[in-house]
Amino acid sequence: MTDALELKSCDVAIIGAGPAGLSAAIELKKAGIASVVVLERESEAGGIPRHCAHPPYGLREYKWMMTGPSYAKRLVETARRSGVHILLKTTVTMLEPGGSLSIASPEGPKRLTAKRVLIATGIRETPRSARLVSGARPMGISNTGTLQSMFYLKEMIPFRRPVVIGTEIVSFSALSTCKKAGIQPVAMLEEAQRPSIRWPIHYAARWFGVPIMLETRLVNILGKNRVEGVQIADKNGDLHKIDCDGVLFTGQFTPESALARMSHLELNYKTSSPVVDSFNRCSDPTYYAAGNVLQPPDHSAHVPYYYTADNLPQPVDVAGQCWDEGRITAQWMVKDLQGKLTVSS
Amino acid sequence: MTIQSHKKYSSDTNLPPLASGDIAVIGGGVVGCAVARRMALEGASVVLIEKAADILDGASKGNSAILHTGFDAPVGSLEWECVQKGYHEYLEIYKGLNLPLLKTGALVAAWTEEQEAKFTDILKKGSDNGVEDLRLLSRSEVLGLEPNLAQSIRAAISIPREYVMDPWSTPLAYLQQALQNGGQAFFNAEVTGGEFDGSHWRLNTSRGQIKARHVVNCAGLYGDIVDQNVLGHSDFMIKPRKGQFVVFDMAASKLLGSVILPVPTVRTKGIVLFPTIFGNIAVGPTAEDQEGRDDATVDTDNLEALHAQAIEKVPALANIPVTATYAGIRPASGEREYQVIDYPDRNWITLGGIRSTGLTSSLGLAQHVHQLLLQQGIQFETIANPVTPQVPNLAEHLPRDYETPGYGEIVCHCEMVTEREIKAVLEGPLPAGSLAGLKRRTRATMGRCQGFYCSARLAELTKGMFAEPLGVGDADD
Repeated sequence: MTDALELKSCDVAIIGAGPAGLSAAIELKKAGIASVVVLERESEAGGIPRHCAHPPYGLREYKWMMTGPSYAKRLVETARRSGVHILLKTTVTMLEPGGSLSIASPEGPKRLTAKRVLIATGIRETPRSARLVSGARPMGISNTGTLQSMFYLKEMIPFRRPVVIGTEIVSFSALSTCKKAGIQPVAMLEEAQRPSIRWPIHYAARWFGVPIMLETRLVNILGKNRVEGVQIADKNGDLHKIDCDGVLFTGQFTPESALARMSHLELNYKTSSPVVDSFNRCSDPTYYAAGNVLQPPDHSAHVPYYYTADNLPQPVDVAGQCWDEGRITAQWMVKDLQGKLTVSS
Repeated sequence: MTIQSHKKYSSDTNLPPLASGDIAVIGGGVVGCAVARRMALEGASVVLIEKAADILDGASKGNSAILHTGFDAPVGSLEWECVQKGYHEYLEIYKGLNLPLLKTGALVAAWTEEQEAKFTDILKKGSDNGVEDLRLLSRSEVLGLEPNLAQSIRAAISIPREYVMDPWSTPLAYLQQALQNGGQAFFNAEVTGGEFDGSHWRLNTSRGQIKARHVVNCAGLYGDIVDQNVLGHSDFMIKPRKGQFVVFDMAASKLLGSVILPVPTVRTKGIVLFPTIFGNIAVGPTAEDQEGRDDATVDTDNLEALHAQAIEKVPALANIPVTATYAGIRPASGEREYQVIDYPDRNWITLGGIRSTGLTSSLGLAQHVHQLLLQQGIQFETIANPVTPQVPNLAEHLPRDYETPGYGEIVCHCEMVTEREIKAVLEGPLPAGSLAGLKRRTRATMGRCQGFYCSARLAELTKGMFAEPLGVGDADD
C-alpha cells in the first residue's frame, strides 16, 4: 500500500480499542497529549468485554460492578469525552520503523505517522488447528470467544451439546455463556490431574450441570459435516466415545501479535509477545505494548502447540489489569514524549 | 441461482428430466471443471453434475497447489503429456481469468549422500521429459538462494519453472467460464445410474434425469463406483491415499521463496515444503493408503511428524506458529499411469486415477478428451468470441480487495477478507454452496485465528444460506 490516499500524523496512535488501549488513550489525553488516535479494526470499540456479558467488570476502574458490555460502553464513552479520536473499521496492516503505520480502511489505504505507537492488540484462544488435534474438521468446533461473540452480539449458537476442552477461568466463563444460551455441554475435559484453576470446580460444574473428566485426553474429533462425537482417552489410555455436536476449545491464550511478528520489532518467540523493556517499550523505541498482547502464553515455542499436563496455562489477564497496564504505560509514553523517560534497567 | 438442498427420492427414475446437453460431466473437481470449460469453448452444450453442495468437495479440496513442469513424470506417459499441455495452457490463460501465479521455482534438495546420488537420474529424467532448464546447485549456491535452509543441505537441483497457484480459484474460474459460455451446473445431484440407448445417455441423479450424448466421468475418488453403477463395470479401482498438511503462519513466508521437493521414492513424491499463494508456508503431504474415500481426517502423530520435518529443513520455522492443518485424498488407482479409458461405442470417457498432478494436468486432460471426441468424429462449432470471466484475486502478492475503497468492512481480519468479497461470493454467479465453499472462494476463517474473531459475523452474513449453517439456531435465553 504505497499509494496511500492521504498522509496524516498524530502524537500517539493506539492499535486496539480494548481496555488497555482505551485506558492508555484516556490517560494520554489527561496528561495533555494533543492528538491521540485509537485504531480499531472492528465496527465497534470496546474489545473483548463487549461480548463477555457477565460481571465482574469495572471494579478497579469505576468502583462499580458491571457486565462486560456496559463496561466496554463506559470505557468508550470516557475515551470519547476525553477527546480521544477512535477510528473504527480501521485495520493496521504493517508497522514500519519510526512509527509509520500502513492502514486499510473502507475509504482506501492510508498511512499514519505517530510520534509514538502503542500496540494493544490483545489476546485470543488457541484454535484447534494449532493444537494439532486429530480427527475430522466438521462444523461445530469453536473457541470461547467465538461462542460469546456469536451469542451476545448475534444471538446465534454454534452447537447445542458440545464437549468443553480445558478448565481455565475462561472455561467456566464459557459454561456460563452456554447456560445463558440454552446450550448443554456434555462434558468438560482436562488432561491434568487437577483443573487449571483452584476454584471448587466440582461445585461449579455441578451448578452448570456439566461433568468434569480429569486426566482425560481428547483423542479424535468425529463427524462429517458437523461434529458427531469425540473419542477420548482416560488415564489408563482406554478409549471412549462421547456423543456431542460441537467441541469448544477454551483458553490456551496466545497474544494477537501478528502485526509485531510481521514487522521489524523483536518478538519473544517463546511467548509470542513483542520484546519490551521496563517501560513496555519495544525494540524500536517508537513502539510500546500494553495489555494482554504482553501476556505470556501457555506453551513454549519449542514444543508443538498442543497442551501437555506440565504446561498449564496462565489465566488471561482480566480487563482491570489491562486497564491498569494501559494507564501506566501511557504515563511512561508521556514522559518519553517530554524527553523525561530515563532508562534505569 | 439458488442452491437447492439435497433431496433423496425413493426411486430415481420417477424424477422429472432436469437438463439435457451434448456432454455430461460427472464431478465438480478440478478435472470436471476443466473438461466442462474446454468442451463449452469447443461449442458443446455442457452439463456438469456434482453430488456435493459446491465444487471441489473431494480430492480437489486439499493439495499442494503446485504448477508442475512434469520434470519427474513417468517418461512418455499420458500423465506427462497432460501435465505438459496443462502447464502451457495455464500460462496462456491465467492472466485473462485473473488467476494468480507465484513464480517460486523449486529445488529438489539432497540432505544425504544417498539422495545426492540420485541426482544424475533426476537430471536425465528431466531432460528426457523435455524440461531442459534443470540445473545442479552446489551447497553454497543453494544457501545463497535459500539462506534459511538447514546448513546440513548438500546440494540441490533447481527447477526454475515450477510455480505455485491458487488451488481453489483456478477450478472455479474454469467452471465459471464453462457456465458463461452456455454450460450448466447442478449441485447436490449424485449420479446413481443411467441408460444408454445407442445414441444418448439418460443419467439418473438424486435431483432428476440428465440427458446427454456423451458422458465424461470425472468423479475422482468415486470414479470407479460411477463406472460400476452406470456403465456396469469398472476397469480400474480407486485406492484412496490421504495426504495431511500443516500450514505455518504468514510470518514464515520471509523464510522461504522456493518449493522444496525431496528426492522422490518409488511410491510417492514425498514431503514437500512450499510457499502457498496465500502467503503461508506449508508442509505435506503424507501418503497414507486407506479405505475411506471421504475420510480426510488429520492425526496428531502425523501432524507432529510433518511439523518436525519442516523445522528440520528450515530451522527458523520453530519460531512460527501453526495456522492450519488439513488433509486431502488423492484418487490413486494402484497404477502409475492415469486411468483414462475411452468407451467409444458407449459414448463414455472415464478420467480416473488422476492423482497428485491433477491441478496442473486438468487442462491437458480436457484437451485430451476433446481429441478423443474428434477422433470419433464428434465435432461442435467452436465459440468464436468466448466470454472470459475474471475471478477475484486471493493471492497475497497481488492487490487484494481491501486495497480498493468501498469494501464495507473487513470481516476476516487474519486473511483480510472484506464484506464486499463475501457478499459477492454469496450472490454472484456460481455462489458458494457451503461454508467450505465460501472459505475456498474468499479465505475467510482460514487464517491464524481460524474464525475466533469473524465466525459470529460470518454466521450472520450467511444465515439461511447453507444446508449446514454456522449457527445451528437462534439463542433461546
